[in-house]
Amino acid sequence: MKRRGIESSLPMPRREFLTLAAGCGIAATLALPGCATTGSKASGRVVVIGGGYGGATAAKYIRMWSDGGIDVTLVEPNPSFVSCPMSNLVVGGSRNLAFLTVGYDNLPQHHGVKLIHDTATAVDVDKRTVRLAGGGELAYDRLILSPGIDFMWDQVTGLDNAGAQAKILHAWKAGPQTVALRRQLEAMPDGGVYALSIPVAPFRCPPGPYERACQVAWYFKRAKPKSKVLILDGNGDVTSKAALFRKAWSDEYKGIVEYRANHVLAGVDAATTTAKFDVQDDVRADVLNVIPPQRAGAIARSAGVVTANDRWCDVDFRTFESVKVKYVHVLGDAIQVAPGMPKSGHMANQHAKVCAAAVVALLSGQPPNPTPVLTNTCYSMVTDKDSIHVCSVHQWDAEKKTVLPVPGSGGLSSAMSELEGTYAFAWARNIWADTLA
Amino acid sequence: MRLSMSIAAALLALAAAAAGAPAPDANLARNLAATCTNCHGTNGVSQGGTESLAGMPRDAMIRKMQEFKSGTRPATIMHQLSMGYTDEQIAFIAGWFAAQKAPR
Repeated sequence: MKRRGIESSLPMPRREFLTLAAGCGIAATLALPGCATTGSKASGRVVVIGGGYGGATAAKYIRMWSDGGIDVTLVEPNPSFVSCPMSNLVVGGSRNLAFLTVGYDNLPQHHGVKLIHDTATAVDVDKRTVRLAGGGELAYDRLILSPGIDFMWDQVTGLDNAGAQAKILHAWKAGPQTVALRRQLEAMPDGGVYALSIPVAPFRCPPGPYERACQVAWYFKRAKPKSKVLILDGNGDVTSKAALFRKAWSDEYKGIVEYRANHVLAGVDAATTTAKFDVQDDVRADVLNVIPPQRAGAIARSAGVVTANDRWCDVDFRTFESVKVKYVHVLGDAIQVAPGMPKSGHMANQHAKVCAAAVVALLSGQPPNPTPVLTNTCYSMVTDKDSIHVCSVHQWDAEKKTVLPVPGSGGLSSAMSELEGTYAFAWARNIWADTLA
Repeated sequence: MRLSMSIAAALLALAAAAAGAPAPDANLARNLAATCTNCHGTNGVSQGGTESLAGMPRDAMIRKMQEFKSGTRPATIMHQLSMGYTDEQIAFIAGWFAAQKAPR
């Protein structure tokens, strides 16, 4: 098979330089006798699509764990990483977008990842190539898709056009929308209503909407105390950390937050910022924030790996390889989750490590780890300083052929606390470095 | 230390083969330790706010994890996470981090 790729103009990765300096030939892939310092026989070409928590971690760890033997190209359209976790603090106004933003420079500089700022538009799974919007084509031995989510605009009548989407924001992908939602809240007069529509689960970041309600309430309490936060939940109850969030709303934000269950959004009227429902009455808001229903990012469709409800990608949790398409792995929010597994940034980073270990093993002619373990730790900021968590540990179950939460492990905070707030910020600092540095 | 971990893994593989079970992963300790590094830093070198695990003596880490498990060590979250690992897994993790270079 012909292998084509975009030539890198990057300086020689450090590991390769050291290998050359030691007189061990061009790459670790040759595994010459007497060159044991390289430690890995892995070679081949991996293309990673998407530089979020999943994709960036996979790119870094494959380079690290193959001792630079595997060629890794990361395709990411955005110039910088902007974290969704912690982005509700920007909506609430206690942090700015710069706090959430991390550059991609360390991936090429520290790890020799070939970084291409472009958008992958199509995958040919027979030829094993990826086409880029900029015209290039990348060949792969293994493809890792970490495409995140796309919104299902057709599920919300009246929101499937650019005009409505510019007025009724999602702010569910951190970046310009996060800042724009903050501006809408700043412009809202005191006494106004902010309404937040939550889709039926599963969606990216289960506790995220409820954290957002807290952050907007935190802002209103200080700056616009006559204003209301109205949660219009498509689900029958708060889907994550329910008791802890309810306590915050009744204690910390009494008279500001109102929660309404079973409000599945049918449509919107953008002109009057009104949310419409099949059964319940319309709700008119000063700021209407709609988190639309979601599915795997479009490139997953092109690769033919969308296998669950025409929305998500089923994977083998020992490798994160698609159950349908060989040599294509899927990470992060785009997958059909295992029981008790949330769609979270932390989880995506963990998916990436299991996948990276498996890909390095497979490209070394070794079997992948038969017993993967994953953790999830998710902090939600209830004020600017106080936090609550949910956590879990997931182990491979050979009988059920999936990963399952370990009985008796994991759990929730006993109460919100400032100490957990400091851990939430430490979590962010550490996972951003683990993913990108 | 890396070498001795490899030998341990090889011995485990032999034992598993004898028992008819699938061979355990040659990088089991490394892969288990990577489940900690989101919060404790790549290779156990923390960026601050959490404890660096790199270079922590093996026995000290095993003891800490067992104290988290039994509830005798105060914690906000580690008492819940430690319960997700078997004693054997904790020993692998502790051995791997002990072999890493401690941050300055």
